[in-house]
Amino acid sequence: MLRQIEGSKAIAETVALCRPEVVCAYPISPQTHIIEAVGAMVKAGTLAPCEFINVESEFAAMSVAIGASATGARAYTATASQGLLFMMEAVYNAAGLGLPIVMTLANRAIGAPINIWNDHSDAMAVRDSGWIQLFAESNQEASDLHVQAFRLAEELSVPVMVCVDGFILTHAVEGVDLLDQSFVDSFLPPYEPRQMLDTKAPVSIGAMVGPEAFEEVRYLAHLRQLDALERIPEIAREFFESTGRESGGLVRPYRTDDAETVVVAMGSVLGTLKDAVDARRDLGELVGVLGVTSFRPFPSEAVRDALAHARQVIVIEKAFNIGAGGVLSTDIAIAIHNEQTLLRTVVAGLGGRAITRRSLEKVLDDASRDELAALTFLDLDQEAVDRERARMQASRRSGPSAENLLRDRGTASPKIPA
Amino acid sequence: MFQIRIHGRGGQGVVTAAEILSVAAFDEGRHAQAFPSFGSERTGAPVVSFCRFDDRVIRTHEPVMEPDAVIIQDVTLIHQVDLFSGLSPDGYVLINTSKSFSDLGFGDFFDQYHIEHLMTCPATEIALEHLGRPLPNAALLGGFAALTGEITWDAIDKAVREHFTGPVGERNAAAVKAAFDYVASKLKEAARASTN
Repeated sequence: MLRQIEGSKAIAETVALCRPEVVCAYPISPQTHIIEAVGAMVKAGTLAPCEFINVESEFAAMSVAIGASATGARAYTATASQGLLFMMEAVYNAAGLGLPIVMTLANRAIGAPINIWNDHSDAMAVRDSGWIQLFAESNQEASDLHVQAFRLAEELSVPVMVCVDGFILTHAVEGVDLLDQSFVDSFLPPYEPRQMLDTKAPVSIGAMVGPEAFEEVRYLAHLRQLDALERIPEIAREFFESTGRESGGLVRPYRTDDAETVVVAMGSVLGTLKDAVDARRDLGELVGVLGVTSFRPFPSEAVRDALAHARQVIVIEKAFNIGAGGVLSTDIAIAIHNEQTLLRTVVAGLGGRAITRRSLEKVLDDASRDELAALTFLDLDQEAVDRERARMQASRRSGPSAENLLRDRGTASPKIPA
Repeated sequence: MFQIRIHGRGGQGVVTAAEILSVAAFDEGRHAQAFPSFGSERTGAPVVSFCRFDDRVIRTHEPVMEPDAVIIQDVTLIHQVDLFSGLSPDGYVLINTSKSFSDLGFGDFFDQYHIEHLMTCPATEIALEHLGRPLPNAALLGGFAALTGEITWDAIDKAVREHFTGPVGERNAAAVKAAFDYVASKLKEAARASTN
C-alpha cells in the first residue's frame, strides 16, 4: 500500500513483515526511529513471535544477534556511526561465523570531531568485514532491500547490511509502497539454518582455526560473496517480476549507453544526480549516472560493462581514505583498469554537508572542460583551511583544529582567556 | 515542483508541520517529500524543515535552496537567521505574528516581491484560543493554504486530523480553519483596497 511515511518507519514496517524472531538494540543515539518502531510493534503484539532485547551496548547488540542467529532464529538489528564501531569485533565475527543477520546501517559520519550527520564513513570502516553491503537510493528501495537482504543472507549464510543515508533518507517523509504480508511470506521462506546450536544434535560454532585451515575458511567466505554476485541480480529480478519495482541488484545504470561522462555514486545522492544529468541531456551533453547498489560484493564486471564506453568517470563519494583518496574510486579503478579512461574522484557530503544540485552542476561543468582535478573536495572552503595551516605554522601551540575552524566560522563561543 | 521552507524553534512543531503538509499533498495525489534540517534538536534552538511536492516523482534529496514559500513560525528569528535565502520574487512569505507585515521593519527588502504574497497571521494567538497551547504549526498550514492556493484547506484539515487524533485533532483542525479564514479575509481586504 502506498503511504506517505518516514523512511525509518517504512523500514521498520518492512522488517516486521520479514518476521524477525529476535531484534536486539541499544536504544541510544545514534539510533533511528527504526528500532523504536519495531520495539513498539513487539510490545503491541503485532510482531509476534518476536523477542525484543534491550542490550547494554552496541557490542552486546551484535553479540546477542550472533547468539540468536546461531540458535536458528531470524535476527535483526540496526545501528549507525560510532555504534557500528563499538560493535566492530562482533561485526567481523558475525561474518566469520557465517550467520545471516540483517542490520540496517543508517549511514553517519564517524568522530572525532563529534558529528551526528550523514556520510558513508561508517560503512567504509567495515567494508572488509565480510558482510554484504547494499546501498539504498530512496526510501522505497531501502524498504524493499530489507526483504531481499533476509532472503540473500539466509540462502548464502552471510550477514547483510542495508546502508541507508542517515537523516537524508531515514528522517525523510516520502511516498513508500509498502509490501503486503502475503507477498513477503512467499518471497522469503522460513529460515532454514545451515548450522545451528541444537541440544538434540550438538555442535560447536566458533572453533579456533589455526594456520592449517584459516585461509580456506576465509576463501570459502569469499566464494560465498562471489555467489552473492550471482544471486543479488536474480533476487532483484524476481522481486521486480512480482512488484514491478527496480529495487536492489548490483548496479543501476542511468542514461549510460552513449554517455561520454558517467558519474558513479551510492545512496541518496543518485536522485539529485539524475535530475542534474537529465538537464544536461536536454542540452545535448552525453552524460549518465551509474548507481552502485552492491558495494560488497563489489560487482567489478557489471561496473566494467556499464563504464566501457565512458571517456571520463567521476566518482562521487561520501567518505575517503585519509592519506590515499577515494574508497569507491579504488574499486572502480581496479574494475575498469585501463589507461584511457579519465577517473576523477569527488569527495562530497562529509559530516552532513548538503550535496546540492548547484555544486554537482559545477562538477559537471568542470568535467566538460576537462578541468576536474583527479581528487576534488566538493565545496571545500580552501581559505579557511589555509588560515588554519597558517595558524599552525605561526605557533606550535595552535590548539585543536576543529575548535579553531569553528571559531573561524564564527559558530563557536570565544576562546576562554588564559 | 513547489518547495516550502519552514523556520521555527525546537518545540514548535517545525518538523511536524512539514510532514503534515507533505501528507496533505500526498492525499491530493501528488508526490511529496518532507524532511528536517538536521541538527542536535534542542528546545528553543532555530530549526528548519523542508517540504516539496510535484506531479512527477521527486528524486532529489538536496535541501530546499530556492523555496517558493517560506513559513516563519517564530518572528524572533527575523534578525538571527537568513530566513529568505533563495526566495524568488514570486515567492510567498507567511509569518506568525499579530503585527502586520509592514510593521515588521523589513524596509525595502521586499520591494521586488508581490505584496499579496506577503502575509502575517497571529497563529500563536489562534493556537492558544483553540488548543490552549502556543503551538502555531497547524494553524500556519491553514494560513499557507489560503495564501498560496497550492494546497486545499480540505487536504490540510484531513492531514491534521490524521496526525493528531481525537480531541487534539479536532482542536488543531479548528486552529487550521481559523487561520485559513483569517488569511483568506486579509487577502480579500487587500484585494478590495487595491481595486478601490
